[in-house]
Amino acid sequence: MTATDARQQAPSPRQPLEQISGEALQSVLLAGARPPRPGPLSVSATFGWRAMLRIKHVPEQLFDVTAFPVLMTLMFTYLFGGALAGSVDRYVQFFLPGILVQTVVMITMYTGVALNTDITKGVFDRIKSLPIWRPSALVGALLGDVVRFTIASAIVILLGLALGFRPDGGVLGVLAGVALLLVFSFSLGWLWTLLGLVLRTPNSVMNTSMMALFPLTFASNIYVDPETMPGWLQAVVDVNPVAHLVTAIRGLMEGNGDMGDILLVLVESAVLVAVFGTLTMRRYNRRA
Amino acid sequence: MTELAIETIGLAKTFGATRAVDGVDLQVRRGRIHGFLGPNGAGKTTTIRMLATLLRPDAGSAQVFGHDVVREADEVRSRISLTGQFASLDEDLTGIENLVLLSRLLGYSRPAARNRAEELLAAFGLTDAATRQVKKYSGGMRRRIDIAASIVVTPELIFLDEPTTGLDPRSRNQVWDIVRALVAGGTTVLLTTQYLDEADQLAEQISVIDNGRVIAEGTPGELKASVGSGALLVRVQRPEQRPAARGLLERVLAVPVRDEADPAALTATVDDPGPVARALTELDRAGIGLAQFSLGQPSLDEVFLALTGHAATSSDDAEPADLQESSR
Repeated sequence: MTATDARQQAPSPRQPLEQISGEALQSVLLAGARPPRPGPLSVSATFGWRAMLRIKHVPEQLFDVTAFPVLMTLMFTYLFGGALAGSVDRYVQFFLPGILVQTVVMITMYTGVALNTDITKGVFDRIKSLPIWRPSALVGALLGDVVRFTIASAIVILLGLALGFRPDGGVLGVLAGVALLLVFSFSLGWLWTLLGLVLRTPNSVMNTSMMALFPLTFASNIYVDPETMPGWLQAVVDVNPVAHLVTAIRGLMEGNGDMGDILLVLVESAVLVAVFGTLTMRRYNRRA
Repeated sequence: MTELAIETIGLAKTFGATRAVDGVDLQVRRGRIHGFLGPNGAGKTTTIRMLATLLRPDAGSAQVFGHDVVREADEVRSRISLTGQFASLDEDLTGIENLVLLSRLLGYSRPAARNRAEELLAAFGLTDAATRQVKKYSGGMRRRIDIAASIVVTPELIFLDEPTTGLDPRSRNQVWDIVRALVAGGTTVLLTTQYLDEADQLAEQISVIDNGRVIAEGTPGELKASVGSGALLVRVQRPEQRPAARGLLERVLAVPVRDEADPAALTATVDDPGPVARALTELDRAGIGLAQFSLGQPSLDEVFLALTGHAATSSDDAEPADLQESSR
């Protein structure tokens, strides 16, 4: 919003102020008895609702979620499809599960950016001074993000179908793949919440996240088969959790999901939550 | 039930090499407005962040209504509320959304949260602005929604941070009325301010903090009395006579006399009004004509100057500059 907008909407200083009556004030103060303390789930859901409200008021944040995946999918499919797989059509079968992962994993970093913005603006101090379940603000924000991830996934998959993506796993295979992706993204979100708490500005959170995400997504099996890579890079891909995720999702979407691959992703997700969730909460509780 | 809303003993917090809070002893009685005065960087914000469980003290102890801020943080949180730079609203959301959000977080059911939000907006004269984003509010509206958000559940203790900085006189009076209504309802108020006028108007008890320490305490009257019974202001008719007048006043009154920015004006703080009449006679006898001569109670500004050796508005910016955001 520009300053001009704000001026037009704010009442002019000469306009008389609305009257505040002492009686009305006294009565709202008297009515302010404390209701019973809400449970962790209810509070987390309320923070999730806040994330939805923010999408309503700041729809720009959906731009990253929608435009970025469309651009990436089109660019890679048409620019490199022929060169990498012989034809656009064959490449999209291989590439779509990969670009789906790339898209959603990339936008997980906004979780940390949003958290840091809250801290910078002082919103977080109000939240932290409330008598509520401590992790609820973070859990709620991550739940809200799952909605954004779902939107992005839907866009990529619909676009893929339009480009000729025909998964053998059918609807169930695709949905199972998306579900696994959401679990992993929610878990990875805790890494960004930690960065959001540690770093000083939303920009530095963004830059640091980018630096971590580029190697994670490019040194993987998203774009090409790792067999064409030098040995040392193949070794990197072999231990890259994003590559594991892509392998598991490709399997599910192709209709030959491998339990071992899926289990590996779930274990890695659990480790992410255990390590970065714990570090985040420790930092959260003693943040200056 | 303890009589004290806040009690700290030797509270301290260090950031790097800076001792932001350096052994603060504070006692705030229940149901009072307590002024917490000091320049930027004096340690006000850090002290309050510790009292509000947002920051862990390095040393000393702090209790809010008898509950330790570290060990019983949750008990403390359920009794306090923050305003101003201490705790912001989500500026992208509308006024009513912010209030519903807080009501839900505090345990109101969905319909009850809606009712509570509407009731608060009405009481604060913000019904017309309910569906406007908070970032589009004017300065006065912003303060009111800030305070409304802090009394969704009536707190036992509210930390009011510079509630009237940057407001026009009329909005300022409105905020003062709100503060008085809060106290009438039994809430304890810790009011931080740089405006000595504000503390003078509202606070029954004042603590003055500078360089992380409480350097003076008392009622506004006591503080004024502690630095002398009165402030003497003399303006000579001819500025070139000012040095002579200063010498004479210093001799008769036996206190330091200060040159003011006005080239004809001199001020002094006098403990004993007795010699003042004699000084007036002496000036007349020396042929120094006076344009103005007054003896009044010192303002809190003068108290502050006398206590700290610098003016209340001076700033060494130890607190982040972005907290001083403009109010409109």
